[in-house]
Amino acid sequence: MREVAIVGVGQVDFGALAASRQPVHAITLGAQALSQALEDAGLDRASVDGLVTCRLPYDASANALGIRSPNLINGLEGSGRMSGVAVQYAAAMIATGQAETVACVYGNDGRSMGMTYGGEAAVSYGARLAQLQGMASVGASAAMMFRRYQNLYSAPDDALAPFAINNRRNAALNPVAVMRKPITREDYLNSRLVAAPLRLFDYCLINDGGVALILTTLERARDLRKRPIRIAASAAKAEVQDHYWSPDFFYATAQDVAGRLREKCGVTPTDVDVLQAYDNFTPIILFSVEGFGFAPRGEGWAWASEDRIGLAGETPINTAGGHTGEAYMQGWAHHVEAVRQLRGEAGERQVKDANIAQYVCVSPIVTSHVLVGD
Amino acid sequence: MADLTQLRAMMPPLEDWNRPFWEGTRQYEFRLQYGQDGIARFPGRPSDTLDPGSPLEWRAASGRGRLWSWTVMHQNYLPAYADEIPYPVGLIQLDEGPLVVSLLRGDVAALECDTPMKVVFEKVDDEWVLPRFERA
Repeated sequence: MREVAIVGVGQVDFGALAASRQPVHAITLGAQALSQALEDAGLDRASVDGLVTCRLPYDASANALGIRSPNLINGLEGSGRMSGVAVQYAAAMIATGQAETVACVYGNDGRSMGMTYGGEAAVSYGARLAQLQGMASVGASAAMMFRRYQNLYSAPDDALAPFAINNRRNAALNPVAVMRKPITREDYLNSRLVAAPLRLFDYCLINDGGVALILTTLERARDLRKRPIRIAASAAKAEVQDHYWSPDFFYATAQDVAGRLREKCGVTPTDVDVLQAYDNFTPIILFSVEGFGFAPRGEGWAWASEDRIGLAGETPINTAGGHTGEAYMQGWAHHVEAVRQLRGEAGERQVKDANIAQYVCVSPIVTSHVLVGD
Repeated sequence: MADLTQLRAMMPPLEDWNRPFWEGTRQYEFRLQYGQDGIARFPGRPSDTLDPGSPLEWRAASGRGRLWSWTVMHQNYLPAYADEIPYPVGLIQLDEGPLVVSLLRGDVAALECDTPMKVVFEKVDDEWVLPRFERA
């Protein structure tokens, strides 16, 4: 099996896009991100022989992106859990020799399309029954899980505040973030309830954007422009129900993934220099730090002091601002940030001597990768 | 109060497999679907996907369970419930096992996780009756 590295990253300027208030098209955003990622890697389009799209149709995208006849092509549906899956898919195809250089391209025009991430037409009979009872958003499911967690572990009303504050504090140092203003604990507690106990600042943003990642063999990566970022280990496990829910907040599933990663590459939480945690809602960061062994079970909220998870702390989390500060790019921009931190390209928010990054996504498909600077 | 006209428009299409459930609620009876394995299912399926060809039947259930957790919706996503904002929605684990999502009625101030709950029924019109849950 060949080793695989991420060699190019690209993303649009999320803040500028949000400020422009112009409607945009998802494929256009994906195309802009891909051009940047190619430039970043020092590769031309002709060298790409694999295309994995997400939230974009693969056929129309392939034409628009100028990658018309790749050896690998597929499109993954546009849910956040797919960003980790896309990287695993591309890496596996490269490792087994079915592709050499794969572009993973994501585009999201949720804001332009007026998406609210709640109340959409139900896709299943079960979802229809839930809507009939007034239940109509993933956020409401996260709120229920967090209330149960609070009840089990006596977590206070402001238990999620450190995660919300940390994301916005990091976003303030990120020139392309949508939200550049830090928030205080008081701002957090005063923000309006959306699905109690979750507040506005626990919620991801709704914005437009595009992200692209380019992966190739580690061997090839060593001849390219930037420091190769090796995928040292990656693993996934599904915990799918008819709705977004887990009786133990995905704990056992995350533990299983964490265990297999550790077996594969030997990296433990104390070795991780930056943690990029999927955060459609802030309780998911809490479930992530516990499920992946960074914090004791039931104590993640007390563990997560603003110092500990800040840029100079022992476990810096979501250093670009995450989904509540930088942009809601469904985990894709978390991957970009992991790469930039390991290359030392993160500017004002650079974590000193970052050499190991971990991406974690706690969701009905738990995914995680350990990324190491080569 | 929910907007009954809007609610009526949200009702699912009835087919042979799910009609018995809604016939049940019309008689103020909460039914669960059972296969040959004896395991209760909700909201049920058109056929037994794990044992094709084996019959499924709807049986009256206890209508009782425990509140796994709940949220209070402050954001309005569904026009039918615009006038009920903020309203509580809970996830109830039935005594028979399945999970049911339900708008919560009755005294919600006193709710806690694992509170015993029971089904109540709300008439939408002559054809449709919705189950809801409240403290037992």
